[in-house]
Amino acid sequence: MGMKSKEKMIVEGKRLDGRTPDEIREIEMKVGVIPNANGSARVSFGRTTAVAAVYGPRILHPRRLQEPDTAIIRCRYNMAPFSVDERIRPGSSRREKEISKVTRLALEPALFLEKYPETVIDIYIEIIQADGSTRVTGINAASLALADAGAPMRDLVVGLAGGKLDDTIIIDLCGKEDNYSVADIPIAFLPRKNEITLLQMDGQLNPDEVKTIVKNVLNAGKKVYEKQKEALKKKYHK
Amino acid sequence: MRHDYVLKLLESGERLDGRKLDEFRDIKIEVDTIERAEGSARVKIGKTDIIVGIKMDLGEPFPDVPNQGMLRTGAEFSPIASPEFNPGPPGEDATELARVVDRGIRESECIDLEKLCLKPGEQVWTMFVDIHMMNHDGNLIDVSALAAVAALMRTKMPELEDGKINREKLKEKLPIKHIPITVTVGKISDKFLIDPTKEEEQVLDSKLMVAVMEDGKICAMQKSGDQGLSEEETSRMIDLAIKKSKEIRKLL
Amino acid sequence: MTEVRKIVLPGEVLGDSKEKKSGYGTFEEEGGVISKFIGIPKETHDYISVIPLSGVYTPKRQDKVIGFITGVERVGWVVDINSPWLAFLPVSEAVDEFIDLKKTDITRFYDVKDVIYAQVDNVKRGDIKLTMNTPVARKLRDGITVKIAPSKVPRLIGKEGSMINIIKDKTNTVIRVGQNGVVWLSGEGVKKAIKAIKMVDEKSHIIGLTNEITKLLSD
Repeated sequence: MGMKSKEKMIVEGKRLDGRTPDEIREIEMKVGVIPNANGSARVSFGRTTAVAAVYGPRILHPRRLQEPDTAIIRCRYNMAPFSVDERIRPGSSRREKEISKVTRLALEPALFLEKYPETVIDIYIEIIQADGSTRVTGINAASLALADAGAPMRDLVVGLAGGKLDDTIIIDLCGKEDNYSVADIPIAFLPRKNEITLLQMDGQLNPDEVKTIVKNVLNAGKKVYEKQKEALKKKYHK
Repeated sequence: MRHDYVLKLLESGERLDGRKLDEFRDIKIEVDTIERAEGSARVKIGKTDIIVGIKMDLGEPFPDVPNQGMLRTGAEFSPIASPEFNPGPPGEDATELARVVDRGIRESECIDLEKLCLKPGEQVWTMFVDIHMMNHDGNLIDVSALAAVAALMRTKMPELEDGKINREKLKEKLPIKHIPITVTVGKISDKFLIDPTKEEEQVLDSKLMVAVMEDGKICAMQKSGDQGLSEEETSRMIDLAIKKSKEIRKLL
Repeated sequence: MTEVRKIVLPGEVLGDSKEKKSGYGTFEEEGGVISKFIGIPKETHDYISVIPLSGVYTPKRQDKVIGFITGVERVGWVVDINSPWLAFLPVSEAVDEFIDLKKTDITRFYDVKDVIYAQVDNVKRGDIKLTMNTPVARKLRDGITVKIAPSKVPRLIGKEGSMINIIKDKTNTVIRVGQNGVVWLSGEGVKKAIKAIKMVDEKSHIIGLTNEITKLLSD
């Protein structure tokens, strides 16, 4: 993982932004932010903001891509040009393509698709502002957008990253922590049965550390799950 | 069918949402929405919702204007914003949108580009104006142009330390000279209207986009749509655009 | 705050599958009945089900739908019924008289852009057949259509038609509601009626909606 920092990133148990190791940044979630979409949501973890829109199920063209007994999922993760310090040139990078794929795989197990043969459900995720943990923020937004779209689901999908910084296990890495971390593990899971649907890692950790991070993320993820439920209900409690 | 109904209404001077023909929908301007951009604004007009972010970078000037900073405007019709948009490189409409917004900024001399020159012929500031669409319900050009100037007005230049950009330190505002306001006037039969929704746009005969300066001077125009305009119609549309631009200007 | 009906979410366990069976909008897993949707739960003596608050229209046999003719083929019409799939209306289900398909231009019955009120005859995967062989089926002329969330159609109709009748009476408008979420209107009070219909669409989950609609229409 990333660069070596000369200075310590965690001083007296506090992180750069004053958080404790197991503290999540301020979370904001809003459902129904894009009127044109069948479902949509905006999710922020600190300065990271993702907006997701779901279109469909709708008939899939060209025909040869259709599945006779199920809907298929298409997913696009995209970063806005102004979402980071150095402007990103529009158009999908290799990184964005890979994240699009793992995001799709993280969401698919939560969906019942067999009722919608020959169709596609398009999930579009835009990272409006990036400060670490963008893919899991995008997954939270997509989970809410799918539920808002009325897609039949087994469960919501919760995303959260964990990692190791200096010698400390931390949760919800911001951009700078991501750059200087020893390791970073983004995770997505279906909370009812703690079924993990996304698990990636880069960096170096011993097996015990990996297991601790996974356990901590599943645990802290309950808070993210509660926020998702609150946001969905809020749409109808205005 | 719905289109026929919208058409019939407009021809009789009415609109489905009850607005007058020369009335804008609700306009909301939010600034500094993207902390990581050097300037940003989000403008909603009715259900159309657009974010513009400004990034500043160093670049080499064009050889024909060696002492001027550069302006680059881009627009993507993000698939997030409408069921008709597909992922992929910008198409005709997105390119036109970016170019019309760019022209309004450029031709009004909105930014004093000479003040953005660091070393003539070698190094100048480049402003990237990126138009990011969140929801499309018509009148994309007016909304984008308004968001672009609102974002430019808030943009602060990053500090230079040993010739390198330090984005943690933003200081001076951009040298703004003029503020163009773009108003599109649509025409249907003998009626003119402002701020069409997506549904209304589909039945318009033609459109004229007019960028207006503080003093009422016009700095850019573009006609679109498949029907022609007479001289008299053109002049009435220009007058209406100028009148409406004054209302919009007050919101900035 | 307005009073709201109870809302459940996808993945929420609603009951014990030994006590009640899994009904519409739910599934059974490891002894629990679980919601598939964000929606309003309904419990009967035997079943737990969930009425979704959003989602696309999935055609079911015998549904009455409003469709738009989008294509004319040799033996029938292609119809957009506001679902992920296009439907097909065969000539034999639309016209009583005998027609020699070789000699007849069937656009004299229905043509592209026509709006019809029809019944779903058969659904096989993505293959949907319509019929006009039912007393209420007809071509809808000189009106306007609006769309609402298909899941909110029952609310728009109301108990024994109570809601839709209020809107019809107070606006002096002819209204037909398709189970696919397409509503067709004709008459003088169309604009006002649309306003009321949009309100039902947006606030279908609140208690006392009928009163609010009556108020809106009396202003």
